[in-house]
Amino acid sequence: MSSRRDFMGMALGGFTALGGIGALMAMKKTWDPLPSVKAAGFTTVDLAGAEENVLVVEKWRGKPIFVLKKPKDSKPNDRDILVGEDRFHVSIGLCTHLGCIPAYDGGKEKFMCACHGGEFDTAGINLPGLPPPTPLEIPPFKIDGTKLVLGEAGPEYKKMLDAHIVA
Amino acid sequence: MARIENAKSIGEWLDQRIAIETLKKVMQTEYWIPKNINFLWAMGMVLAATFGILLVSGIFLLMYYQPGVDTAFDSVNYTIMTEVGYGWLWRHVHGVGASLVFLIIYIHLFTGIYYGSYKKGRELIWLSGMLLFVLFSAEAFSGYMLPWGQMSYWAGMVITNLFSGGSLEAYGLVEWIRGDYVPGQAFLTRFFMLHVFLMPLVIIGAIVFHFGTLRIPHVNNQDGEDFDYAEAAELYKAGKVKESKVIPFSPVFLSKDVFVMGVYFILFFFLVFYKFEFAMDPVNFDPANGLSTPAHIYPEWYFLWSYEILRPFSKDVGLIAFAIAQVIFLTLPFLDRSPNVAPASRRGLFNIWFWLLLIDVLVLTFMGKLPPTDPTFAMIGMVSAYAFFALWIILPFITMIEKKIEE
Amino acid sequence: MNKELKIFGVVAFFTLLLYWGVEPFAHSQMHKHVEGHDLKYTGISESTILDHEISDLKTETETVKEKIVTLKDELTQPDANKTALDTAIETANNRLAAIPNDIKKAEELKAVKAKFWGEVLEVAKLNGDATAGEASFAMCGGCHMDGAANMGGVTPPSLEHAGKIYDKNYLIALIKDPAMASNVDHKYPNGTITHPMGSVSSMVSAPQDIANVVAYLQEKKAGHVTPREAYKEACGRCHANRYGKLTQLGELPKTKSNIKTGKDIDRMKYDQKVAEEEAAIAAYMGKLPPDLSIMIRARGEHFMHTFIENPQSQLKGTAMPRTGLNHEGMEKVIEFLEETGDPSKPAREMAGPWVILFFVIFTILAYLWKSSLWRDLH
Repeated sequence: MSSRRDFMGMALGGFTALGGIGALMAMKKTWDPLPSVKAAGFTTVDLAGAEENVLVVEKWRGKPIFVLKKPKDSKPNDRDILVGEDRFHVSIGLCTHLGCIPAYDGGKEKFMCACHGGEFDTAGINLPGLPPPTPLEIPPFKIDGTKLVLGEAGPEYKKMLDAHIVA
Repeated sequence: MARIENAKSIGEWLDQRIAIETLKKVMQTEYWIPKNINFLWAMGMVLAATFGILLVSGIFLLMYYQPGVDTAFDSVNYTIMTEVGYGWLWRHVHGVGASLVFLIIYIHLFTGIYYGSYKKGRELIWLSGMLLFVLFSAEAFSGYMLPWGQMSYWAGMVITNLFSGGSLEAYGLVEWIRGDYVPGQAFLTRFFMLHVFLMPLVIIGAIVFHFGTLRIPHVNNQDGEDFDYAEAAELYKAGKVKESKVIPFSPVFLSKDVFVMGVYFILFFFLVFYKFEFAMDPVNFDPANGLSTPAHIYPEWYFLWSYEILRPFSKDVGLIAFAIAQVIFLTLPFLDRSPNVAPASRRGLFNIWFWLLLIDVLVLTFMGKLPPTDPTFAMIGMVSAYAFFALWIILPFITMIEKKIEE
Repeated sequence: MNKELKIFGVVAFFTLLLYWGVEPFAHSQMHKHVEGHDLKYTGISESTILDHEISDLKTETETVKEKIVTLKDELTQPDANKTALDTAIETANNRLAAIPNDIKKAEELKAVKAKFWGEVLEVAKLNGDATAGEASFAMCGGCHMDGAANMGGVTPPSLEHAGKIYDKNYLIALIKDPAMASNVDHKYPNGTITHPMGSVSSMVSAPQDIANVVAYLQEKKAGHVTPREAYKEACGRCHANRYGKLTQLGELPKTKSNIKTGKDIDRMKYDQKVAEEEAAIAAYMGKLPPDLSIMIRARGEHFMHTFIENPQSQLKGTAMPRTGLNHEGMEKVIEFLEETGDPSKPAREMAGPWVILFFVIFTILAYLWKSSLWRDLH
C-alpha cells in the first residue's frame, strides 16, 4: 500500500509546513521594531521664539531635522510651512546626494554641503548644476498652534504629499 | 576528475558532483536499525529536536539580550517578555526546553543502562553520551547565569566557591574563574561567551561524534541480540521485510521518531504555555542583589541529585564525593563485569541494582531541593548518598557472579 | 504494543513522581501555607498570628526542656567538652526562664489589639454624616494633597479614591491609630503617636467625627478607579514600578535631551528628586521597598494577596504597613501588578490551545504515517 503511506507522508509533511509557516510568522514579528522605538518616533518642537534666519537642528528618528524661520524677504514657496504670520522651512537635514549634513550660511541664505559642494536654497530646493539630484526631503509633520509635531502626517503635510513636493 | 555526462534530473546532477545517492543510502535508506525496539529508542532524535529548538529560540533571545549586570535582567524581563513580538514565547520555549532536555537525557541514559547499550563495542557510544551530559550541564549552568536574577547570582556564587577545594582554600582559583572577587560583569560576560558561542560549538561536535560512534557497533535492540546485519539487510532489500530483523533509518525508523516527537511536543507546549514554574523559578524574578541572600537557594532540578551528595559530609569529604559522583557514570562499562548484553529484567541482581539506583537518584533529587535544617530529611539525604556509593561499589561484584545468558 | 504501553506507563509514573517531588512537595516544605482572612479588618488576622506565636512559644518550652536533658546526658559522657556544654545548658536555661515572659507579652498585646479592634467595630456601627465629614476632611487635605511634601520618610498618598479601594473598618482604625491599624505598632515602642500620621488623633478623635469622615470618603472619594490609580494610591508612595513607568514621585515625565550636548538635564533633575525621595523612604523604613514591576511573578498571586492583606502574616516584623485594601482595591492592584509583571499572559493563554491542538493533529497524522510504514513489518 505504498500509495497510502505516500499520502500519509505528504499529509504530514504539508501539515508540518503549515506549522513551519506559523513559526516563521512569529519569527518575523520578533524582528519588528519595538513599541518603545515606534513611540519615540514623534518629536515636538516649539516654534514660538524662533529667530529669523537662524537654523535650528532637532533630532527625529535618529536623523537631524532643519527648522529654519525663513527671512521675511525670501520668496514664498509651496514648500513653506505657515505658522501664523511666519514661514518656516522644515526638512530632513541630509544632503540628497550622499547623506552628509549640509551647513547653513545665513549671509548667503543657502545650505551648503561640504562633502561634494551641493547647495540648497531656503526652501530646501537643490541649486542646479551640482551633485544633489533632488530637494531636501520634508518629513511627515503636523502644526499644533505654535508647535511642530514631527512624525505625524497633518493636513498641511498631506497637501504637500499630494502635490508631490515633499521631496 | 569524474566522467560527467548530461544529467537527466537535479538529483542526478548533484549525485555526479557530491554523491548524494551514496550519502542517502549510507545515512538514511540503507542505515540499518534493529526492528526489535520500542519508543524509548526515539529519545535520541527527541534530544536532537529539543537541541534544535533551544538553538532557534536562543537565536531570537540573543537578538535582544544584553549581557550587562545593570541591563541583563530588564533586557529579559521587560524588553523580551513585554516588548518583543513573541519574545515571551521564545523565553518560555527556551526555559522549558532547557529543563525538558535534561528529562529526556536522563530517560535516554537510564534506557542505555537498562538494556546494556554501553557494553561490548558500544563503550564509546556511552562515553561520548556522558561527555554530552557534562557539556549540556555546563551549557545549562552558564545559561542560567544570564538573566542575572537572585538565583543566577547566588548559584554562581555557591558553585564557583566549590572550586576553592575545601581545605585547599584555593580562593585565587575562585577569583580567576570569576574574573573578580564576586560574580560581576566579567563573570556574566564570560559565561555569556561560553553559553552562546563556545559550548554550542563543542556540543555540536560531540553530537556528530556520538552519532559516529553508533555506526559500527549498531544501535542496540530490546533483547540485546547480536545478529548478522548484512544478512538482515539483504533480506530487507529483497522485499522480505517481515523476516528481516532490520529496518532502514529513513523512512521507517524516522516515522516512529516523528510520532514519538509529536507526543513529546504536546507535553512540551502544554508546559510552555501553562506550567512552567519548574523551569522558570520565581526566585530568579528578583533582580540579583549581592547584599541579600534568598531564603532558599537550590540549583535547577537536574543538578539536585549531585548537589545533595555534597551536603551530608564534611567539607572536604563532600567535595571529593561530589567530584566522584560527576564521573562515576563514565566507569559503568568497566565496572559491569558481566558479558551479558540483555535487558536488566533478565539479569538477576543487576535488575534490582538498576531500580535501586533509579529510586536512589530520585530521592537524592527530592532531598537536594529541601533546606538542610530538617533532621529527618537530612538523615534521608545522608542514607541516600551513602547508598549511591554503595551501589557503585557492589556493581562489579554482582555482575561478576551474574549467570551468563545462553544465546 | 501492550509492552510499549507498559513501558510508557513506567516512564510517565517516574516523571510525574519526579515533578511532584521537586515542585509541590518541595514548595510545601519550604513555604508554610498562609491563609487569608477574606480581607476582613476586624482584628482576626492579628489574633490569629498572636495565637500561632503563643502556641509556638509553648512548643518551644518543651523543645528546650528536651534539649537540656540531652545536653545534661552528654555531660556524663567520658569525652564531653564540659565548658561548651555548660555554656549551652546555661543559654538553654535562660531561654526557658524567658519564655513565660514572652508568652505574657504576647497575650497582653493580643488583649490590646482585641480592645482596639473592638472599639473600631463600635465606631463602624455609627451612622456617618458625609456633609459633616467634609469639614473634618479638610484637615486631612493639609498633608494628603497633590504635590505633598515628604513627611518624616514618606509622602502621604492621595486619597482620591480612598472610599472605593479601602475597607471601612480599616479607614476607621487608621484615623484612630495609624500604627495600630497598619500593624507597624511594633516599630513604635515609645508610643504609636510618634508615627508620622500619629497626630491625626488630635485632629479627629471623637467616634462620631471619625464615622463622619469615613462616610464622606465613601460618598465623595469613591469614583471609578483604574488599576494604575489604585496602585499609585495604595502602593506607589513607597514602591516604584519601572516597567509601569512609575516612580515614588508618580508618572515618569517625558523629557528631551539638549541637542547640542546630548544630555537630558530635565531627566537628570527628576532622577535626583527620586533618589532623594528613595533615600528618605529607605531611612524611615530601614530598607528601600522593592520595585514591584515583576513581583507578581516572583511571589505568585496567593502570596501577594495574603501579604498585602497583612504583611505580618508572611514577613513577621516587617516595616511594611498594611494598606487596608478591600476586595475592589485588591482586585485593581493585583490587576496592575499583572499588567506590569506578566503582560503576555493573555496572549499566552490565547495561543496555547491552538499550538497544542496543532501538535495533537500532528501526532495523529504522524501515527497514521508511521503505522502505514510499519504495518507490513510484523
